[in-house]
Amino acid sequence: MPEAAVRIRDLRKTFGAVEAVAGVDLDIGDGEFFSMLGPSGSGKTTVLRLIAGFERPTAGTVELGGVDVTGLAPFDRDVNTVFQDYALFPHLDVLRNVEYGLKVRRVPRAARRERAVEALRSVRLDGLERRRPGELSGGQRQRVALARALVNEPRVLLLDEPLGALDLKLREEMQVELKSIQRRAGITFVFVTHDQEEALTLSDRVAVLDRGRVQQVGTPAEVYERPATGFVAGFVGTSNRVGDVCVRPEKLHVEIGDDLPGPPGGGRHALGTVAEVVYAGAVTRFVIDLDSGDRVVALQQNLRTSSTDVTRQRGARVRVGWEAAHEFRVPSDAVPASPAAPAS
Amino acid sequence: MTFSPAARIALRVLMGLGLAVIYVPLLVVLVNSVNADRAFGWPPSGFTGHWWTRAMDNDGARRAVLTSVKAGVGATAAALVLGTLAAFAVARHRFFGREAVSLVVVLPIALPGIVTGIALSNAFQVVLKPLGIGLGLFTVIVGHATFCVVTIYNNVLARLRRTGANLEEASADLGADTFQTFWYVTFPALRSALFAGALLSFALSFDEIIVTTFTAGPGAETLPIWIFNNLFRPNQAPVVNVLAAALIVLSIVPIYLAQRLSSASRGVT
Repeated sequence: MPEAAVRIRDLRKTFGAVEAVAGVDLDIGDGEFFSMLGPSGSGKTTVLRLIAGFERPTAGTVELGGVDVTGLAPFDRDVNTVFQDYALFPHLDVLRNVEYGLKVRRVPRAARRERAVEALRSVRLDGLERRRPGELSGGQRQRVALARALVNEPRVLLLDEPLGALDLKLREEMQVELKSIQRRAGITFVFVTHDQEEALTLSDRVAVLDRGRVQQVGTPAEVYERPATGFVAGFVGTSNRVGDVCVRPEKLHVEIGDDLPGPPGGGRHALGTVAEVVYAGAVTRFVIDLDSGDRVVALQQNLRTSSTDVTRQRGARVRVGWEAAHEFRVPSDAVPASPAAPAS
Repeated sequence: MTFSPAARIALRVLMGLGLAVIYVPLLVVLVNSVNADRAFGWPPSGFTGHWWTRAMDNDGARRAVLTSVKAGVGATAAALVLGTLAAFAVARHRFFGREAVSLVVVLPIALPGIVTGIALSNAFQVVLKPLGIGLGLFTVIVGHATFCVVTIYNNVLARLRRTGANLEEASADLGADTFQTFWYVTFPALRSALFAGALLSFALSFDEIIVTTFTAGPGAETLPIWIFNNLFRPNQAPVVNVLAAALIVLSIVPIYLAQRLSSASRGVT
């Protein structure tokens, strides 16, 4: 791994009796798009706030670029944050919002104006310099928040669920844009989200957090295809238990009919009954009760089928097939109270 | 909500009556200040500016207005500093006894003025007199500040709770130190709340009479006390009327400003 932009060692944070962060170690590489994924209460936002310096850790250290910053105030750290609610200054126009970081660091007026205008152009907001945040749409505010952080050219950009408030279409657009901005600017992004699809789409690596602990760190493919714990398997996508192994829903192949022929060579299969069918446009979700007693979910692309075809299949006998290579094993308890897997 | 035509008319009449009860007496005061009839006969037999010129020339009245302005400005200034600090402590920090502090700060506005007056009077006699500080303008300012703090505290606290701490965090995140954050972010967000609180505080101080009675020395006669002392002297009655009329006109300005200010700040956030 390249030089660590962020290095976290045995980080702990207790609020009263609640241990929000219970011993986290992370190494985030320079220029990496790194996501922290977890449900609410998993401690991901607290870790982010500890990196930014808004909270002091109960124990442990935070290093930025090899320098211990654990005791430093937020304004002495070379990181900037994009807040969930954007936290734009309502009394300042867009240009002054973006200039703010340069102004408090005493960059001369002409230079900071030039850089702010450039930053606004990079997020495609040129022409809106004189608007107040209250006069912007959600997507535009999001871009202002991004420009306001990026104009300072921080070593690390922290993003706290920045797309959470946007509607689906805009969120997908901003995902693409975030990724391209990150590549262009070449800075490290630490991205907090509870949306597993978002984390998988955007990240170079993902850390999955639960109850203040890191469950697994890996590339999106590793986390999805080879989840280390039952929690990861359940939180990152749906996982089906078939006997003592698990298979992802899209890896299951459903064949319908009473006269079920033998399985094609090499594959695994199980017989069952369709309990529920949900037509979702591009795909259909089958909920199938296997004869073995397991209940599985299978996703099938609607290549040739239509909604009338698939909904008629409720109650039908089916054969579910999959490839052995797509099986994975996780510890038998679905959500371990105290994960046996070491925080990597 | 929709009303039947009859109900609508009834509500309008009630509204008109309510407003009339408040504003007709004020109007009478205004008219009487230019009433040519010395005994305020009604309807006025004619109009004159004589009372106004007499009031302007009245030394006692002029001094009383000046004393009241000084007391109001002094109490408001003290309240601005103390109320803002207290509001910050309660809104932005957790500490033992936070709720108790909040209650203790707000209590003076609910205490009967007579209680505050007696308590302060005793305290001043016991503590300040031996130090050579007698009752006067200073003790009036201290007395008024005890309840003026509440208006600032409440206004600032409400604003701090509404804006939350995240703007201050954003400012620190962008590299601003504590002072820069206060100056560029916190203060602008508080400005209209401070102004509205200060107006209210000044108005409270300006017409206060009970606490003032107990804390003012002979040299510090505020306007309400002067009016009260002169109210029953037939000779001064027209001057008292003019002062009342002037105060009515003067109060409209700050109330109008305060209303516009609070509606403007709602529009921004």
